[in-house]
Amino acid sequence: MNPHAIRDKVAIVGMGCSKFGENWDKDPQDMIVEAAYEAYEDAGLEDPHQQIEAVFCGAQYPSKGTAEVADALKMYDRPVSMVVNYCATGTDAFRYGVFSVACGMYDTVLVVGFDKPKDRGVSGPSVAVTGVRGLPATPAGWFSHCAARYFETYGAGREDLARIAVKNHHNGTLAPKSMLKREITVDDVLKARIISWPFGLYDCAAQSDGAAAAIITRRELAKRFRDDHVLVRALAIALAPDPKEDPDFDFLRWKPTVYAARQAYEQAGIRDPRKDIDLAQVHDCFTLTELLAYEDLGFCEKGAAKDHIKSGTFELSGELPVNTDGGLKTFGHPTGATGVRMIYENYKQLQGKAEKRQVKGKPTVALSHNIGGAPQACGICIVALP
Amino acid sequence: MVGITSYGAYVPMPRLPLAAIGGGAVKPGGPEKAVANWDEDAVTMAVAAAIDCLRGVDRASVDGVLFASTSYPLKEKQGAALVARALDLRRDVMTADMSDSLRAGATALRAAADAVKAGSAKRVLVVAGETRLAAPRSALEPNLGDGAAALLVGAEDVAVVVAACHTVADEIIDVWRSEADPFVHAWEDRFIVDHGYRANVREVVRGLLAKTGLGPKDFAKLVLYGPDARSHAALVRELGFEPAQAEDALFGKVGNAGTAFAPLLLAAALEGARAGQRILLVGYGDGAEAFVLETTPVVERLEGRRGVGWHLARRAELPSYDLYLRFRQLLATEHDRRAGAGISATKHFRDRDDDVTLAGLRCRRCGCLQYPRQRVCFRCFARDDFERVRLSDKIGTLKSFTFDNFAGSPSPPLIATVVDVEGARLYLQMTDASPKEVQLDLPVELVFRKMHDAGGTPNYYWKCTPVR
Repeated sequence: MNPHAIRDKVAIVGMGCSKFGENWDKDPQDMIVEAAYEAYEDAGLEDPHQQIEAVFCGAQYPSKGTAEVADALKMYDRPVSMVVNYCATGTDAFRYGVFSVACGMYDTVLVVGFDKPKDRGVSGPSVAVTGVRGLPATPAGWFSHCAARYFETYGAGREDLARIAVKNHHNGTLAPKSMLKREITVDDVLKARIISWPFGLYDCAAQSDGAAAAIITRRELAKRFRDDHVLVRALAIALAPDPKEDPDFDFLRWKPTVYAARQAYEQAGIRDPRKDIDLAQVHDCFTLTELLAYEDLGFCEKGAAKDHIKSGTFELSGELPVNTDGGLKTFGHPTGATGVRMIYENYKQLQGKAEKRQVKGKPTVALSHNIGGAPQACGICIVALP
Repeated sequence: MVGITSYGAYVPMPRLPLAAIGGGAVKPGGPEKAVANWDEDAVTMAVAAAIDCLRGVDRASVDGVLFASTSYPLKEKQGAALVARALDLRRDVMTADMSDSLRAGATALRAAADAVKAGSAKRVLVVAGETRLAAPRSALEPNLGDGAAALLVGAEDVAVVVAACHTVADEIIDVWRSEADPFVHAWEDRFIVDHGYRANVREVVRGLLAKTGLGPKDFAKLVLYGPDARSHAALVRELGFEPAQAEDALFGKVGNAGTAFAPLLLAAALEGARAGQRILLVGYGDGAEAFVLETTPVVERLEGRRGVGWHLARRAELPSYDLYLRFRQLLATEHDRRAGAGISATKHFRDRDDDVTLAGLRCRRCGCLQYPRQRVCFRCFARDDFERVRLSDKIGTLKSFTFDNFAGSPSPPLIATVVDVEGARLYLQMTDASPKEVQLDLPVELVFRKMHDAGGTPNYYWKCTPVR
């Protein structure tokens, strides 16, 4: 394997993101058009139907597959493909798009991630009953399984988790496209009704609808579109066994993140993630997911997350700001859109266009991370200024 | 010499105070009845009683299963074969359901003894499980209780010899339930007691005593089925027995457990039995079945059975009548446990060893035990090189847990756990437990339970429960 095969060969030249929320009055078509046309405009595409040579889509619950994007954008007579990879779906669609450009097949492609879970009539993800073995199971019920063991081993607790929710709610108030724009307190989090212990209502990301899009091109062509383009430095996907069946699981980490981080850091040449990375968007479907990501991504030592939460390392003004736009917590989690939405935020931050939530200094390297399924799959994308 | 070589019992943990029926106030220590938890039915309780009975018994030595119940949820499709599969018995085991009559548990004992006597089987498991449903607030409701019992019948190491038996069959409309009706019905009580229960039991006991030349004084114990406490006590005296000879019929504790009742009371009698005791066992229903049983020294060596006593001590009072009605799906709720298409029969067919038997696979190359069925080893990647290992009879420990209020449950929160069983990891619900008891590394045992009724039929799998 050549870990540098795609490094810095592909540039992001335009991005778009729909408003995330309970978009009762919007079809997937509406959100796809909103995100894609913002990206077209951002990239300065004069004739997208001539310039875009292929489309890579990611969606977990598409109602008609690739046609949903092709029909919305009238992108016919060219390849349109769709990727599904749990919560890493958007990141993986982006990855395939990058590969297709890096290998020289296409000059410019469009990546679209979207999902519309709010047409299902339930306030959270639907409770899955598959056969008799899948308990009536909820993602909250799956992602909470590290809690008891982690708390016992490292002395963390619900208050540490609560601070993550408080931070993300704050950041979300500064992001124009977030769904929830309300400050909350640690006390609010601790007093909320329990969904699946230790997760109360505020420990859980909301469900929402949304779409996000990226225009990517060969690095050599990037300047034709814009000067402040952003390069794709690393893209990793890793699978691990279902943690509930894995005979070798210790309930102190999520293996997919550990595996994917190893790949991504090798590709990007990152040795000290907390120093080498300037900001990160990590998967915060639940507060504990974000806490474990700090450690599993090497932002701090295993067990030290609670100290860094207290000292503010990951706050907007901290050493390594995490979820600068409020994360899944305030955007909600339309599965296919989330990974692309995170790249959108990193792209804006590296360009210095993140307005009120702009991180201090001049960030040059940003990471985004998704983990999903049982969880079994992780996707990581590292982008950087040239 | 043919007889009972082992016994086991099961009484569900939830208890409904009789005063709570209809929503009345409850005083501590009052009479109660045992009611199946929401995830239990006749089959799951039968499996639990059978597991109690088969402690220390090589399950491959069991040749037959006779499953007695009037409340097995399916009209067509055998319960005994399901019980055999859950117990991981041999494929060539003889199975039959004995149903439709409250006498079926006693009849199954006779059929098993006859099969062993005839030489067609060496070891036959008789198992009875019952969750009969009385209409809410009906006169019958306080009397009915849920429970199960198992008796292993053989010719070697016999603990209780089946010395003689006698039967009468009768046609009488006393209690009945039609195909479409979920509730048991009864004719006027004085009629059914006088001309059903009393008349038939009197006749069968007189017949048996005449056959054997024995009298009431020759018996250490009378184990007698009864429809209710008063009729039971009156008949003990009428048959010429002293009240002290009669095994406590557990009214106010368990209730009339139907086909399982006489076997359950027998299990209770055997828990304290000494060698050389004679027991008169009587089952009733559409006639009656009576047995002269004689204990041997083996009965004193049958240790480690939980039996009735252990289960009586393990109890949890239901906080409300409404919760009981929710358990039995007699109260409308937002999420119907019967909703949905049900499980795929073909998937069930392929997954029976995982789901019904709870068998794991141990890698022959690296020794890693894993679950569910894998083709490639989790640890050493060897392909198709596994030996099958029964997991259901092992003790596990809690690796993780959560209390899920989002997943629908009749009694939230749903306790979801990951259990380590000798290295294999199982994702299981915990049942018969409160969140207060749950902690990391807690030892748990595995119990066969109903997951849901999607598609209108019971769908079974295993859960964990704290070792008590």
